[in-house]
Amino acid sequence: MLAPCAHHRVQFDVPPFRLSGIVYGSLLNQRDALDAMGDAVDKPPYNAAPRAPILYMKPRNTLVVSGDRVTIPAAAEEVEIGACLGVVIGKTACRVSAVHALDHVAGYLIVNDVSLPHRNFYRPSVRFKAQDGFCPLGPVVTPRVAVADPGALSLRTYVDGVLVQTSTTSTLVRPIPQLLADVTEFMTLAPGDVLAAGVAAGAPRARPGQSVTIEIDGLGALSNFFVRAS
Amino acid sequence: MRARIAYAGAVHEATPHGGAPGEALLRLADGRVVREDEVVWLPPFEAGTIIALGLNYADHAKELAFESQDEPLVFLKGPGTLLGHRGQTPRPADVKFMHYECELAAVIGRPARNVARAEAMQHVAGYCIANDYAIRDYLENWYRPNLRVKNRDGATVLGPWFVDAADVAVPVSLDLRTLVNGKLTQQGNTRDLIFDIPYLIEYLSSFMTLSPGDVILTGTPEGVVNVMPGDEVVCEIEGLGRLISTIIADDAFGLASPIRDGESIGSS
Repeated sequence: MLAPCAHHRVQFDVPPFRLSGIVYGSLLNQRDALDAMGDAVDKPPYNAAPRAPILYMKPRNTLVVSGDRVTIPAAAEEVEIGACLGVVIGKTACRVSAVHALDHVAGYLIVNDVSLPHRNFYRPSVRFKAQDGFCPLGPVVTPRVAVADPGALSLRTYVDGVLVQTSTTSTLVRPIPQLLADVTEFMTLAPGDVLAAGVAAGAPRARPGQSVTIEIDGLGALSNFFVRAS
Repeated sequence: MRARIAYAGAVHEATPHGGAPGEALLRLADGRVVREDEVVWLPPFEAGTIIALGLNYADHAKELAFESQDEPLVFLKGPGTLLGHRGQTPRPADVKFMHYECELAAVIGRPARNVARAEAMQHVAGYCIANDYAIRDYLENWYRPNLRVKNRDGATVLGPWFVDAADVAVPVSLDLRTLVNGKLTQQGNTRDLIFDIPYLIEYLSSFMTLSPGDVILTGTPEGVVNVMPGDEVVCEIEGLGRLISTIIADDAFGLASPIRDGESIGSS
């Protein structure tokens, strides 16, 4: 059963002290994920590589915390596990410059951007990313001052305890400061909002009955158990 | 019907209180009666997840040269884009095509998960008008419509009123229209929705729990035209009122040009 107000269960001790429940994700913001598209980016239906940041939302029904079970819908064999760094906004960010962008950050957490596997990014169904429970985040918000360089963090994904993917925030197409600058050029981010920085290529998959743990240097571990819809 | 407004230092619930055209009065919950242009109109309810439909009228889909669909084209929006009645929506200086979209918005009143079409309307608390602005210049072919087109600050106007579902006799057949500077530019009727509200609730609740305050913007019919700074855009829906917004230039925001701090969008 989906716990109410999951975003209020993520602990942190820096302002604004709780998440707003608003989570945005960034598409193809890991260099290898963009490279994996190959020549397809210049062909229909895309016709060009992304110019501005391409964002999507993980609505409030998707939010769960570490330790919660995530239900895989009956029609799906497995889900993609999208390990990414989540940036928690601390101060209202409107048209911030890259130079000052990190001043608007409260801290960081781990985001698991769970998706139903899909290959086409032209106009994907909202079903792929907005299922109940498809955005585990946590385990806590680590204050910005405790993270020396958000652009030098390793991410490790384990399925049933086996390391299945490693990635790093050093290969972001738009590093965090530039991402914040380009996103807040057109939409203001509010305290407690989360902006997920992007998922690396080759997202591992999980099936019902498997446990998934994502670690990011200095941010702890986010663990969830995936179950079949009853 | 009721509004949320700010007046004299606080946010209030307000209801219509008569008055001559152009000088309509509001009655605040605390008894004060004020002119409607003395208050700041806020979105008429606390919005949760904002769910919007693309191309949900056959004529508009045709207008944008879009082919038939087997699943609703749903995208999500964040709260930062919301404005109330009489709000100002910025138009960037460098764009060629910015348009309004008059839409019927259905507000969820009871949690909904795996709700069948026949029971779906029991989960609707009420309705309001939405004006879901878009800037087509920024359309990219990734996760369409990308948020830079649709989720801009001040680009989603809701109101003026929240109208209880019980007070909307036939939500399946409401005339809607848009006037720009008093000239009729868009006209339609909710009977022409490709996916109607019961279907949308059944569809959405099949994979996501809908909660009170979540709102479904059901899409817009044909007749979207470019709007410019200074234009007054009025979206009307039968029985729900008239939702006014004004387009303003982005120099009001201290922007001389879209270039900021010597860097440009997409400079990566």
